[in-house]
Amino acid sequence: MMRLEPRSNSSNIMIALTPIFAVLATMVFGGMLFVLLGKNPFEAIRMVFWDPVFGEHAFYYRGQILVKAAPLIMIALGLSFGFRAGIWNIGAEGQFIMGAVIGGATGLALYPMNSFVIFPIMILTGSIGGLFWGLIPAYLKIKFNANEILVSLMLVYVAFNFLVGMVTGPLRNPDGFNFPESRSFQDFPAAHNPELWSGTGIHWGVLVTFGLIIFSYVAITRHIFGFNVRLAGQAPRAAKFAGVNPNKMIAICLGLSGALAGMAGLFELTGPAGKLTTTFPVGYGFTAIIVAFLGRLHPIGILFSGVLLAITYVGGDIIQSQLSLPKASIQVFQGMLLFFLLSVEILVNFKIRIDRGVLK
Amino acid sequence: MTEEPLLDLKNITKSYPGVKANEDISFEVRKGEIHALLGENGAGKSTLVKMIYGLVKPDLGIMNLEGEDFRPTEPRIARLSGIAMVFQHFSLFEALTVAENIALGMENPPNSNILSDQIGKISSKYGLSLDPKRVIGDLSVGERQRVEIIRCLLQEPKLLIMDEPTSVLTPQEVQALFLTLRRLRDEGTSILYISHKLEEIKVLCERATILRHGRVIGTCIPKFETAKSMAEMMVGSKLKSLKRSARHLGEPILEVNDLSLKSLDPFGTSLKNVTFNLRAGEVLGVAGVAGNGQDELIAVLSGEILSEKNAIKLEGKYIGEYDPVERRLHGLLTAPEERLGHAAAPDMSLAENTLITGYQRQNLGHRGFLNKSAAIVFAKKIVKQFDVRTPSVRNGVKSLSGGNLQKFVIGREVLQNPKVFVVNQPTWGVDAAAAAFIRQALLELAQDGASILVISQDLDELMEISDSIMVLSEGHISTPRPADGITTEAIGLMMGGTEL
Repeated sequence: MMRLEPRSNSSNIMIALTPIFAVLATMVFGGMLFVLLGKNPFEAIRMVFWDPVFGEHAFYYRGQILVKAAPLIMIALGLSFGFRAGIWNIGAEGQFIMGAVIGGATGLALYPMNSFVIFPIMILTGSIGGLFWGLIPAYLKIKFNANEILVSLMLVYVAFNFLVGMVTGPLRNPDGFNFPESRSFQDFPAAHNPELWSGTGIHWGVLVTFGLIIFSYVAITRHIFGFNVRLAGQAPRAAKFAGVNPNKMIAICLGLSGALAGMAGLFELTGPAGKLTTTFPVGYGFTAIIVAFLGRLHPIGILFSGVLLAITYVGGDIIQSQLSLPKASIQVFQGMLLFFLLSVEILVNFKIRIDRGVLK
Repeated sequence: MTEEPLLDLKNITKSYPGVKANEDISFEVRKGEIHALLGENGAGKSTLVKMIYGLVKPDLGIMNLEGEDFRPTEPRIARLSGIAMVFQHFSLFEALTVAENIALGMENPPNSNILSDQIGKISSKYGLSLDPKRVIGDLSVGERQRVEIIRCLLQEPKLLIMDEPTSVLTPQEVQALFLTLRRLRDEGTSILYISHKLEEIKVLCERATILRHGRVIGTCIPKFETAKSMAEMMVGSKLKSLKRSARHLGEPILEVNDLSLKSLDPFGTSLKNVTFNLRAGEVLGVAGVAGNGQDELIAVLSGEILSEKNAIKLEGKYIGEYDPVERRLHGLLTAPEERLGHAAAPDMSLAENTLITGYQRQNLGHRGFLNKSAAIVFAKKIVKQFDVRTPSVRNGVKSLSGGNLQKFVIGREVLQNPKVFVVNQPTWGVDAAAAAFIRQALLELAQDGASILVISQDLDELMEISDSIMVLSEGHISTPRPADGITTEAIGLMMGGTEL
């Protein structure tokens, strides 16, 4: 008979190993999924995980991985603070959209002015857009004890419809033949976020992300703010006893994750996406939740998990085009990853004991 | 009382993963005796009675009930064999009446009129006055316990097991309970009485079996022992008596004036016009049964709940609106009752836990950046001076035993030189040696001029360390009275709401 037995101390080995278990389990069950879809599972798994990094066309894909990893990591870093404190922002996608729309609108309002301050101002207003969108669930939670999970999630759809309203209305490109699109930021040098070194995929957002990883690392491990965040998550009463104001914590965590998601949205808009369209949101805000947990809410872990998820995005594109699999199959794949991660997490605090024979 | 055994245990052993809860336990409960089972927390008392009541199966050993092999596989069978148990925590439905609750626990409940009659008969016979039609929610803790006892007596048990029955009662309620128990004994019912209150055992029990670390240390006759000698058997070492020396009480340091506070918790108790002064060097005890506003009082003093600005005055400053951090900086330190989750974060290390209250006052950081080595040094200082047994200050606090964790929590505040230290239940669930250590530390802190407010439900403790004692009852606080010369009866009356 197998039993679960509580550990007296959380296992550090398991904290490191469980993400690897989760990835392996995803490969096995994802492989079965590909078999059911009538494809060779080994080939498909190779295309998802191997080809983007080491395959024939990896020189192109590697840049793509960075482009996709940067927003995932930036959003996940913001989310990780709230998740550690027990504040569940599920609406980063909405904050990502609002950051892009507000920051983008600021830039477009200044078109075609040419000044080096325009791009920094857009970064600022984009972050404020996300911050503001994150503070709505914070306010409702503090004031009315409304569940931030539901509110932040529902605000994603509000944000999406706001985006649609903007690109079909005020922000529509006047020279764009009535397409529901904004002006392209590639044609607006002062607001453009270009690839800084050709072929590397590195743009300003990637550099800022690296800075944020270091910043988050210091904040969570070396600063009283990070300590209070961890304390509030592990023992809310002890946090209150220590003098942490729970309402402030809610506002800071939701505001911070909103601001970072908004900033990620602005970098995405002005760089890889290029313009506001109705297909601008591709789910980074949701995938970042997986990134945050797969990275164990730790900045360095988030760096690795962000890159891994970016690989599956790129790999997903490859199997879509080469094996003609539906886009949903890679989303199922990513969902499995979170599912398995959450299920093997039990090994951190419990160990499996196998009883031989029955004790009398 | 006869010499004839009712329940005879031989070589009972029970192990859980990693611990031997009971090892080779043998003792007997005789017919018509009140037999005490004594031991510190973790000595194995609960495991043992759970086996007798059929909740846990022993690994080894045999039990005999009236000379016959007794192996209860579930509590129902134990009850059928004549064993009844009153648990420390009651299992009653608040919205139902006494009779309805009792009927719920019965195999074949009679109709409600007959049952009410039976309840009435038993309650008058044993002096347990109780109206079967009353709703549990309206009853006091003592009355609820009576419901549990009557529920047991309806089965006409041969052996009644009582687990820490007096921990929630006022002294008067304790006296009434003892009368009932003695009457039961005189009728031939045996009682297995679990407690760590030695004075009670001395007056109530014929014999006592003492457990330590899961083993039987010996059986004694409490009448012929002193509380101290029994405590030493429990602990296994000599206990030092508290050293008190005369102290000079200075000016009032903490003044609480007409403090009223509506409890946010629907089951909490609101504080009503609480007024008292705490003088420099004074140890002021707050007696009272749990749930009379203790949690609210400590929260409003620690700053977790804010009050009107002028209601609390520390050294001439009004601090009612200060948050916990500001209060600590001004020298008001607190230690709440709940160790894990409130005073300390279970999954964090001892070193990290020093940051909870020590960050500002002990300079464990600079401009928000943590100074981890300073935290480790402070944690090591607490571990050393307060004799906290742990392999390392990097271990999680949840790995500490109750006594060690409490020494850590108290030490963390005491070593920060508080001007005023407010502590709730300083020795709750703590082994006797640790409790003695903590009380001595509190007295020494007062010796150095600090003022201490001790909230406790342990009257003996309050009598031992306080200069004055006041009573918290339904959110009202009484006038403090000098601890010298006050009797437990007087305090008991005050707990019942009588102003003396």
